[in-house]
Amino acid sequence: MKVYRTVSTAMRALRRNPMRASLTTLGIIIGVAAVIAMMEIGSGSSAAIEKSIASMGANNLMIHPGTAASGGVSFGAGSVMTLTPQDCEAIARECPAVRSATPVIRVRTQVVYGNRNWVPLFIYGVDPAYLNVRDWANMAEGEAFTERDIRNSSKVCLLGRTIVRELFEGHSPVGKEVRIKNVSFKVVGVLSAKGANMMGMDQDDIVLAPWTTVKYRVTGSSASTVNQSSTSSNTSSGVNTLNRLYPGSGMSLYPEISETQAADTPQPVRFTNVDEILAAAGSADEIPLAIRQITELLRQRHRIHQGEPEDFSIRDMTEMMNTLSSTTGLMTNLLLCVALISLIVGGVGIMNIMLVSVTERTHEIGLRMAVGAQAKDILRQFLIEAVVLCLIGGALGILVGHGGAFLIKFFKNWPVETSPGAIIAAFLVSAGVGIIFGYYPAWKASRLDPIEALRYE
Amino acid sequence: MKLIELKDIYKTYYIGELAVPVLKGVSLDIEQGEFVALMGASGSGKSTLMNILGCLDHATSGEYWLEGQEMSQLTANERAIVRNQKVGFVFQNFNLLPRTSALENVMLPLSYTAEHLPDKETRRRAMDMLNLVGLGDRFHHEPSQLSGGQQQRVAIARALINRPSILFADEPTGNLDSHTSEDVLRMFQQLNTVDGITVILVTHDANIANHAKRIIHISDGIIDNGAMSGWLQNEEAGAGGAK
Repeated sequence: MKVYRTVSTAMRALRRNPMRASLTTLGIIIGVAAVIAMMEIGSGSSAAIEKSIASMGANNLMIHPGTAASGGVSFGAGSVMTLTPQDCEAIARECPAVRSATPVIRVRTQVVYGNRNWVPLFIYGVDPAYLNVRDWANMAEGEAFTERDIRNSSKVCLLGRTIVRELFEGHSPVGKEVRIKNVSFKVVGVLSAKGANMMGMDQDDIVLAPWTTVKYRVTGSSASTVNQSSTSSNTSSGVNTLNRLYPGSGMSLYPEISETQAADTPQPVRFTNVDEILAAAGSADEIPLAIRQITELLRQRHRIHQGEPEDFSIRDMTEMMNTLSSTTGLMTNLLLCVALISLIVGGVGIMNIMLVSVTERTHEIGLRMAVGAQAKDILRQFLIEAVVLCLIGGALGILVGHGGAFLIKFFKNWPVETSPGAIIAAFLVSAGVGIIFGYYPAWKASRLDPIEALRYE
Repeated sequence: MKLIELKDIYKTYYIGELAVPVLKGVSLDIEQGEFVALMGASGSGKSTLMNILGCLDHATSGEYWLEGQEMSQLTANERAIVRNQKVGFVFQNFNLLPRTSALENVMLPLSYTAEHLPDKETRRRAMDMLNLVGLGDRFHHEPSQLSGGQQQRVAIARALINRPSILFADEPTGNLDSHTSEDVLRMFQQLNTVDGITVILVTHDANIANHAKRIIHISDGIIDNGAMSGWLQNEEAGAGGAK
């Protein structure tokens, strides 16, 4: 009953001066709205920037087979064939920090269309997940190939913009056929333009095809495989499996096996290697975790004992990651500054109007005390008034800020991201400021001598 | 029964290090149902005395008994309760809440103590009070729409809403013309004689003071004894000082 009466007294006092009440509310609305609009626009921009840097491949992890060495002679990175498509599937399946992974088969050869030819920088045999890994899913034209094309080793391919320009002179290549090492591929799609990578290499100078097609139809051997590698692996095991599989790998150093020998030797396991596995971590923060998970998984799969060196290597895009994390840090700090300034501006506005409105009412407070209001009655009334104003102002401020951000998104196409943290912070700070600065002068007034307050004009 | 008993009241204000004595040993008895005028020049301490009597302030030393209760040791909150229930105030400048209807102005003191009363009852009491002061047709007028005399009558209705036993009026006619002053003073007389409310009127004007039954002169912080003139004597003496 007491609370109800105080609330109704406060509401009556607010209604008595709608101008003052609405000005106070306006101060809170502007404070809350400024913070929310700035935070939403800011975090939208920040997310967009992070995403665009991530699409450059900052989250990517490159897993290469390890180094072969023979008698102290190292053959360089990726010179043994230890990575299999099954490794790739296992990574995608069993590493939670990895968003997706694709095997990569590299070839470097000529692509022919009609009377024109071109040697692309990259001819990659990949899984459809490649587009996801590289954030390249929007096609300029046509559609990407699918898992079904992988299973069937379909002769389909996707072309980068540079290839389209060089071979098709800008005409649409979709549905046409190009030849790679005399195998004809049907062009099913054109990749959107990506421009140069951080090394200045043209990323649009690319042909993507199902890795099974490239592996089994175009190249007999892995492009990076040098003859020595098969030699080195042969020396260690008695079964020469790779030479049989990849006849293109060169001359035979060993005598042909006789039928008797073949009968004595168990059927070699069909082994397919890949040149590289490309994986994408869920986010930049998860890269170290993803590296740990992949390392553990591959060590287990390759049966590498504790203390033995790995037969693969994982590299991340340290340079790009640094760019990404410094940009993210910069944006976070910028947002923090913007939010702080907005909060200060809003807070000062609320503070002023609250102080003015309570000081203006000192006389009223004196009168209320003269007719029997106790200090706690005065405090309670002003506190409830401040709370009511802050609640209304805060709610309207959220709407205005959110609406403003939405309008900017709508008209300017600016990326906007709702940030619940900002809403809560803005609301709490504004309400806190409003209540403190509504309460403080009222507290002071309630300490006043009623005579003084009555005399105050 | 003595309604008010002051014993040797001192009040000293301190302005920095400087002590300014305002009341220098005031002793005073006021009976139930009296109509007293506190009279004195400005600066004589009459307003200070009224503030102490009305429990707005407390004395530096001395005893103040109101209805048999010692007041000078009360806390601020206890004094607020006394102000709300035992006394009513009428001020020189009316002190109504602006932009608030006459009815809500009158209901104001009830919002602090009468929470047991339902809204309907408080409204009914406020209406009764406004009818009593002759403003039955002005319930929903705001102070700015009322004349000075009407505003003062709203203030009187507000002072009376809690049925106090004492009504304090601090220069109640200071902002009114002589005709309306007469109305307001007559209302005080009526409240005093008909309803038996003790009225204590503070003024510097002898003509106003003469409406009271008893005049207490204050000068320089002490009571001037001797003067026992007043309204009753004036009535007998005809139009002597009143006109």
